Amino acid sequence: MSVNEQIIADFVKHHIQFVTSVPCKQLAGVLDKIDEEKSILHVPSNKEDEGIGLCAGATMGGKRSAIIMQNTAIGVTINALVTLTQFYRMPLPMLISYRGEVGEPVACQVEMAVHTKDLLNQLRIPTYHFHHKDDVNELDGILGHCFMARKPVAILTDASFWKGANA
Amino acid sequence: MIRSDVLKTLVPFISDKLVVTNIGLPSQEMHLIDDQPTNFYMLGTMGLASSIGLGLALSQDKKVLAIDGDGSVLMNFGTLPTIANNPASNFILLIVDNGSYGSTGDQVTYTGKKTDLAQVARACGCENVIECSAEETADVVKAAFEGDQMTIIISKCESGNIPVPVIQHDPVMIKERFMKAVQEA
Repeated sequence: MSVNEQIIADFVKHHIQFVTSVPCKQLAGVLDKIDEEKSILHVPSNKEDEGIGLCAGATMGGKRSAIIMQNTAIGVTINALVTLTQFYRMPLPMLISYRGEVGEPVACQVEMAVHTKDLLNQLRIPTYHFHHKDDVNELDGILGHCFMARKPVAILTDASFWKGANA
Repeated sequence: MIRSDVLKTLVPFISDKLVVTNIGLPSQEMHLIDDQPTNFYMLGTMGLASSIGLGLALSQDKKVLAIDGDGSVLMNFGTLPTIANNPASNFILLIVDNGSYGSTGDQVTYTGKKTDLAQVARACGCENVIECSAEETADVVKAAFEGDQMTIIISKCESGNIPVPVIQHDPVMIKERFMKAVQEA
């Protein structure tokens, strides 16, 4: 099973039925797999805070939800994460491409990478960093933890992870 | 008619419906006029009422009314293409368009100037867009509930507010009772 297939299999295992996304090159493969999974409704967002709203609605409609986005989105979503997801205590797995780490070809991405973990820490969001392709084996436990705790959790997936995953 | 007058005309037929109300005065007015477990009050997060409403409509079968404002839709314009391209026949978006930021002191919005939300919604691909007067709004919303098509309603009303208390409910209580109502309603 490929890493992308394992991610989708874990989503399905944890009954995630609603996924929103704003794409990233690193996430293209997993987004393709999402669209192939019949049990998941994929509703792309134009901006990530819009996606946080969609997920909140889906959660209240009884469907577990998740968002797939780039780490640049942390800046865009802080208010929605704090005043909606956290304030109303909703679970939200966030599968995030961790752009700007070693292997990054675009200098500007590094500018957000250096703030990413600090911002998530400031927001008291449990954060997991996938660096080696085998780290994907933690996803099952992380998703269970997220829905148990009813909190947003961040899964940062860096270039080394995706390089190994796609090798 | 101002926004609170419009909301009062809706109460007779939305009391038992799933309603998502926008941050600030729209939530506070609905809470004052007709507090119901079927109301989800946004206590923050300006701009996302339509997104929450769409996510809710796409995730279960009951009809959903999101009561939004012109200022909030202007803030989250990306919502309109998402709504258009992911149609939910059980979703009604009511944009109370008073051309002003009511909750912050009635500063004029761009819909109070040149911008036409109905045309924007249509350009984004929304197929069933109705602009109506404040006086017509109740009939239009009622017809949308009776129909089976996603409907975007732009209700043109006057700017102005009534004094209302801040909502004291705990957010988790609002969510939990709303989710229970979603299951039961």
